[in-house]
Formats: sequence, C-alpha cells, structure tokens
Amino acid sequence: MTVHEQFAEDLALYALGSLDGAERHALEKHLDGCASCRREIEQLRGDLSLLALTTAGPKPPARARQRLMSAIADEPRLPAAAPASQHRQRSWWTALGLPALRWASAVALIVVAIGLLRQNSTLQRDLASLRSRFTDQGSKLEQANEVVATLLDPDAKKIELVAAGNNPQPRGKAIYQRRNRNLIFLASNLPPLPAEKIYELWLFPANGGAPIAAGLFKPDARGSATVVNPPLPEGVEAKNFAVTLEPESGSHESPRGTPVIVGVGE
Amino acid sequence: MPSADPNAMTSDLELVTAIRSGDQNAMTTLYDRFSSIVYSVALRVLQDTGAAEDVLQDIFMQLWRNPGAFDASRGNMAAWLAVIARNRAIDALRRRRPENDIEDLVVSVEHDLASETDRSRTMEKVRGALQAMPAPQRSALEMAYFEGLSHSEIAGKTGEPLGTIKTRIRAGLLALRKVLAV
Repeated sequence: MTVHEQFAEDLALYALGSLDGAERHALEKHLDGCASCRREIEQLRGDLSLLALTTAGPKPPARARQRLMSAIADEPRLPAAAPASQHRQRSWWTALGLPALRWASAVALIVVAIGLLRQNSTLQRDLASLRSRFTDQGSKLEQANEVVATLLDPDAKKIELVAAGNNPQPRGKAIYQRRNRNLIFLASNLPPLPAEKIYELWLFPANGGAPIAAGLFKPDARGSATVVNPPLPEGVEAKNFAVTLEPESGSHESPRGTPVIVGVGE
Repeated sequence: MPSADPNAMTSDLELVTAIRSGDQNAMTTLYDRFSSIVYSVALRVLQDTGAAEDVLQDIFMQLWRNPGAFDASRGNMAAWLAVIARNRAIDALRRRRPENDIEDLVVSVEHDLASETDRSRTMEKVRGALQAMPAPQRSALEMAYFEGLSHSEIAGKTGEPLGTIKTRIRAGLLALRKVLAV
C-alpha cells in the first residue's frame, strides 16, 4: 500500500465507517493534511463498492418506480439558467454591434482591475501588520505563561529573603485586579496546620463592608501556598487582605479564627 | 463515462447532464439502469423490502435534486450508487441521520464496470476472493460492511481482541485488492 503504514489498518476501518472514538478523530486530523491517505480512502471505498455490487438480489417492485416518478413530477426542476442567460447576452451584443460600448466596457474592466490591485496591495500590508502583531502578542503570551507556570510550579524552589539574623516569618503577597476580578495570592513560611484547621484568605472591601472569603488553602511542607482567581463578587474595591486560621469544617462566611498574616498596604 | 448498459445509446454522463436540465425521461432511464443495484444493496443490509424501497426513493430523489453531486471524472456511477446505497442503508439500520451528503463521497474504481458483462466478470472475481478467505476474516469484513458494526462492536460480538478484528478486516480488503489486480 502506498500509505503511511501506521494508519493502514485504521484507513480500512474508516472506509468501512467502522472506526470510532479517538482513533477516528486522530485519523481525520491526519487526513486533513495527507493527500496520499485521502487517495487511499477513495480507493478503499472503490474496493468496497465491489463488495456491495456482489449483492445480486431481486429487482425493486414496480410500485417503487411509480412512487419515484410521481415524486419527481411533483418536484419539477427548471433547466439550468446560466447557459440560457449567456446566450441571451451574446445575442444582445451581436444585435447592437456597438464597438464603442465594448471599448468602454474594456476600459471599465481595466479601471476595476487597477482598483482591485490597489486593494490587494493594501490588504497585503494589513495582513503583514496583523501577522506582526499576532507574533508579538504570541510572544507576550508565552512570557506570561512562563511567569505563571514558574509561580505555580510546586517543584520550583521558593526562597524568601529576609534581613540577616531574623527568623523567617509568615509572609503573603496578594495581587488583585478589580476590573477582571483576578487575584493571585502567594504565601510563604506559614506554620504547619494544626489538626482539623485550614487557612483562609479574606478580602476586606474598601467600602467597609464585611470581609469576603477568597479561598481556603493548605500550605505545602515548606509552608508555601498559592491561591489563584478564587470566585469573587464583581467590582469590589479591595482595601486589604488577611489570612486566618479557621476550622476545617463548618461555615466560612465570615472570619472566626486567629489572623495569621494581615496586609500592610502598598 | 461509459454506460452500464451496452445497448443504451445514452451514457451515464449524458443522462446526468439531461437531468441537470430537468429532463424527467433521463431520470427514468437512469432509474431503470441502476435501481436494481441500489435496491439489492439496501435490501441486503436492511433485510426489509419496505425499508429498502425507502432508501431507493431517497437516493434517487437526491440525485434528481442534485445531479451535480456525481463527479464523473472521479467515479463510476454503479460503484458510486452502490456505496451510497450501503451507507444510507446502514444509517437507516442504525436509525441515525445520514453522516455524509452524497456530493461528499468520492469513490475511486479502477476496474472496468462499463457493461453488464464487465461487471459480471469483476463480480465473479470478488465472490471468488470472498469464498477463498478464511471464514473469520470474511465474517469480520461482512459484519463491518453489511451490518455497519464498528470494530469494537465486532470484537464484542465475536469475543476476539480488537487488534485481531482490525487485522482481519485489513487482510480481507488486501485479499480483495490482490485478486482484482490479476
């Protein structure tokens, strides 16, 4: 077979309509870009059509023919319109026989062609500009993804730098964007959790409203933890953030436990 | 495109061209030429005369509405209709909506099916190839083709591993191609 050998069995099944699920999806993806395999599918269908043709059976009953002819009579089709229209146009030209009009049409065509060429050139420039912007955006997105991946990677080495001689203290940093309700919170040096306790992050609204729960979390063995985009109400301006130690079970609608770290503002 | 009927003066392609112009007589001639192929295939799959008649009606009405769906440069009318009949019958059997429009289907047949005699000769070869196949291989191929079963359904039905079913089906098709190449 002149096909990619790894797809040979799947091609046969696909031509039969017997390939399903992920295998079918994978093959269709391959077929999109492989003319050789598409050609093989057509040939396999040809081979299979011969299998179908072996089914010599009775002729259809006369009523089937009558049924079809009645349906066709009820659904007449008009002759194809294009050739008749072209014929009429040719006759019109010939009848008028106006060379000046032909010249005028030719000039008009040239003008249109020049216009199209200019438009094409503009479109090419726009396309090049869009490509460049797309590439630039792609590069920025890649950088952003790398930053987020590094921040969230549990295997990444996270070392807090503090003044020499001090014992490491629990620390946290909340980065909050009100417009899109995006919140990234990073904590370090958190003490290990007592039994049946959990840490909870709180957002304190700038309007003095009740604190809003912004995520429960448990630190890893090194005391580090991350909260990313917890569900938050829309449009809340934040005044501050805090982390409290809360019972693991029960309601978490308002802080009841001990504050562990509290924001000091920017 | 040569006609399937050696005695007919009008080729299949000429008939299709006439149908494009709304010629009902051309449609009648085409039906008389190919209806038994379509009906036989549908009946083999569906095992029900009424359901096979419905498939027959559906296919020829589609051809009437859209004769341009048949691409004479890339297929033989008899083979093309046989494949469409099989696919539509399987869809009816499994009570599902047709997966493909008829114009999406390209069937490449390199064998000579121009006349009744040519077709009979080719069919003899195909039947011979089927008879020569090991029974499990023939059975897997027929279950996939005439019952529309997926390879996993065949594996479930026969208790054979999936890989074995895949290999049998492909080997069956290769055997078919080999005998036709002679």
